[in-house]
Amino acid sequence: MHLPDLNTVWFLLVGVLFTGYAILDGFDLGVGILHLFVKKDHDRRLLLNSIGPVWDGNEVWLVTGGGALFAAFPGAYATVFSGFYNAFMLLLVALIFRAVAIEFRSKETGKTWRLAWDIAFSLGSFLAALLIGVAMGNITRGIPLNAEGDYAGTFIGLLNPYSVLLGLTVVALFAMHGAIYLVLKTEGDLQAEIRGWVPKLISLFLALFILFNVATFFECSNLVSVMKERPYGFVVLLLDIAIALSIPKIIRSGNEFGAFLASCLTMVLLMAVLGISYFPNLVISHPDVASSLTVYNVASSQKTLANMLVIAVIGVPIVLAYTASIYWIFRGKTRIGHVGY
Amino acid sequence: MARFLSPLDSQFRSTTCSITSQSPTLSRNVEYMTFFYCITLKNNDSLCSVMNVEILSRIQFSLTAAFHYIYPPMTIGLGVLLVLMEGLYIKTKNPLFHHLAHFWTKIFGLVFAIGVATGIVMEFEFGTNWAAYSRFVGDIFGSALAAEGIFAFFLESGFLALLLFGWDKVGPKMHFFSTCMVALGAHFSAVWIIVANSWMQTPAGYHLEKIVGSVHTPIPAGYVVQAEDVGHVRAVVDNFWDMVLNPSTIDRLTHTVLGAWLTGSFLIISISAWYLLKGKHKQFAKASITVAVVFAAFTSVLQMISADSTARSVVKNQPIKLAAMEGIYKTEDATPLTLFGTVDTTTQTVSGPKIPGLLSFLCFHDFKTPVVGLNDLPDDAFLSARHPDLSKEQLASVRPTYWPMVNATFQLYHIMIIVGSALFGIAFLALILLRKGLLFRTDLPAIRAFLWLLVFSVLGPQIANQAGWFTAELGRQPWIVYNLLRTSHGLSRAVEANQVVFSIILFALIYILLFITFIYLLNKKIQHGPVDDEGHHTKALGVDSEDIFSKQARA
Repeated sequence: MHLPDLNTVWFLLVGVLFTGYAILDGFDLGVGILHLFVKKDHDRRLLLNSIGPVWDGNEVWLVTGGGALFAAFPGAYATVFSGFYNAFMLLLVALIFRAVAIEFRSKETGKTWRLAWDIAFSLGSFLAALLIGVAMGNITRGIPLNAEGDYAGTFIGLLNPYSVLLGLTVVALFAMHGAIYLVLKTEGDLQAEIRGWVPKLISLFLALFILFNVATFFECSNLVSVMKERPYGFVVLLLDIAIALSIPKIIRSGNEFGAFLASCLTMVLLMAVLGISYFPNLVISHPDVASSLTVYNVASSQKTLANMLVIAVIGVPIVLAYTASIYWIFRGKTRIGHVGY
Repeated sequence: MARFLSPLDSQFRSTTCSITSQSPTLSRNVEYMTFFYCITLKNNDSLCSVMNVEILSRIQFSLTAAFHYIYPPMTIGLGVLLVLMEGLYIKTKNPLFHHLAHFWTKIFGLVFAIGVATGIVMEFEFGTNWAAYSRFVGDIFGSALAAEGIFAFFLESGFLALLLFGWDKVGPKMHFFSTCMVALGAHFSAVWIIVANSWMQTPAGYHLEKIVGSVHTPIPAGYVVQAEDVGHVRAVVDNFWDMVLNPSTIDRLTHTVLGAWLTGSFLIISISAWYLLKGKHKQFAKASITVAVVFAAFTSVLQMISADSTARSVVKNQPIKLAAMEGIYKTEDATPLTLFGTVDTTTQTVSGPKIPGLLSFLCFHDFKTPVVGLNDLPDDAFLSARHPDLSKEQLASVRPTYWPMVNATFQLYHIMIIVGSALFGIAFLALILLRKGLLFRTDLPAIRAFLWLLVFSVLGPQIANQAGWFTAELGRQPWIVYNLLRTSHGLSRAVEANQVVFSIILFALIYILLFITFIYLLNKKIQHGPVDDEGHHTKALGVDSEDIFSKQARA
């Protein structure tokens, strides 16, 4: 057995960071998407406080994922970020608004003030989830690249139906994930209400997800042919759907934490399927496949990949250890105390 | 239009130098005309659109970076002071210090949120607006940025949860530990981003390589990167620690962090002075201002030492920048220091009071040694490597295209120096008054006037920070990576001018809204004041009777 090369290792590590982002920021974006559906002011504050201590730590996974992509595969980082210029600027706006909305919202008692920041928080969360999905949809589908490796399409071209479908799927996925998180963090009437949403959100997600897979079959011939060579990918995919389907049952059994873990696992497997069907590509060029960016043609030098691996091996376990401890300290039902939103 | 453009003109010069290499003045006029033409007639000529995207991307980056940089210095500085205050609480068990930490933590939380929200923009912008630059430096700059994420941001944001929300969840020692970790994270963040930026100022520990297909060929040192190399040549790390500890890292890191400490100190000094003037929260304000004044005085001494060392490192590493900062054109023995004034770039003279030989002394610790002026920088060897077919006279005429905007760099630098020196004086005057027991004598008109000065002193470090960074970044032009990659070669080719205009307008509007809201909420927190006051300290442990949230919880 031979060890994977550094480029493959970094493909995995960047994947791990973005998966971490999806799992963690996924639930707080989901809470944001559901925020306006909760009507009482006290309940909205509970929602904000449930993610209060952790949301910015969660967002760091995006920042670090972006940094790791920049460090390991600068060519892919440069192409995607400059190519998706307008979309990423809107994503930034969405992330800024939801971040400050969390901080600002409960600092004033006025109805208009709170409603304005509630809308900013919810809309920002929705837009962020949608744009992340649309960006991923375009990556899955492939984007037109020129010989220099630059994006050669238009902004409107990014809003193709296939990518928008994945955008909506991600919104549904995060809303589902957020609802399951809230079941874990709330109690009483609010919990009962949210608990009622979970099966509906799971159905919505699965319907969109299956539709997306069918669309992928017709739209992305490259991925389909890769998947045929890697049949274990289909096993992962089916396992993923099975786990998502089992979540309502786990919740009914009263195992709220188990349900949340199952939801996390759904996202891990989803990212795994994407990774399996995509490797070794980072950005597939469509229609000119020869210009695709791969882990080999846009990577940093072996020396940098090795240096970065040392940094990751030292840093990541420490990060995981204290992140887990902090989640442990803030475990249990959220209550509104003298510190918080 | 020309007035508006003047701080940004060096890039036009570099872009148009090939057309008008005869005279800098002529070339400048042509630049303005070209730019004006581009803007008004929406000309799609490639030169124009590159110039537009470049100037717009620079405006966008400076706007978003300058706005972002209002906040991190406050969190870095407040972080250290929170460690001090909570440390004093752990040591003395005096609940007053617990009060202090609790109140300033709330201010910290508000500042931190905006710092995070505006910081993500910075990381995105390297890729969105400077894609060619990102490809060129990814091997080096990317690793510093990723290290910042792993070592700094996670630490900072993770323990922030305990700092802000953990007062009742963990014991005082664990809370103190979290405060230390947040402060440490903020400093790590400074370390890695300054490493990255310093490498752009003084690149080290790398070589260039050419990429053709899948073949990577090392390029010997001294190679001049051409426009057509963009996308095919990149910098690759040779030695990680040489890269990290490049010649300017330590000086610039020290200088920046000390600037941040002063920013945090003067924030506390300002708010506390206001409480003293209003006769509110006296005991709290006295304790806060004492900690902050002592710390500010200590920091400003270190900052003077660091400033001296930083300036001497600039002389050595970036002599053009230093010459621009001081407006030196002619190389003369016993170079004088101009205290303030204006640079006339046409006559190449500086108005204003001068101290003979002082600049030589500050640069070389010797009153005689000449400071090399812009008319000899960059030297002929450097220029002829880039313009092999030009004669010696012609080289002299292209030389100015390698200068930054001299007057702007001079002014920004002098603003930093003047404000910095004033802060040094204010901090020491405050310390002396404190020692003499006069600082709290609000019945004395002179003390009241001084306290009002302290209230406004919060702006000082902010002005100095911004002016200092603009000096550093404008003074580096026309290079994005010093002497290696031109700013104009670092742009995203997939991005058009209208897209950048759209995002600038978007950010400008949002940042105005954010800033107004921030000031409003900060003011509200200040008006609301610390939770408890004289005589009620013991009650405050873990119970905030006046907390606005608990009030709403009851409602």
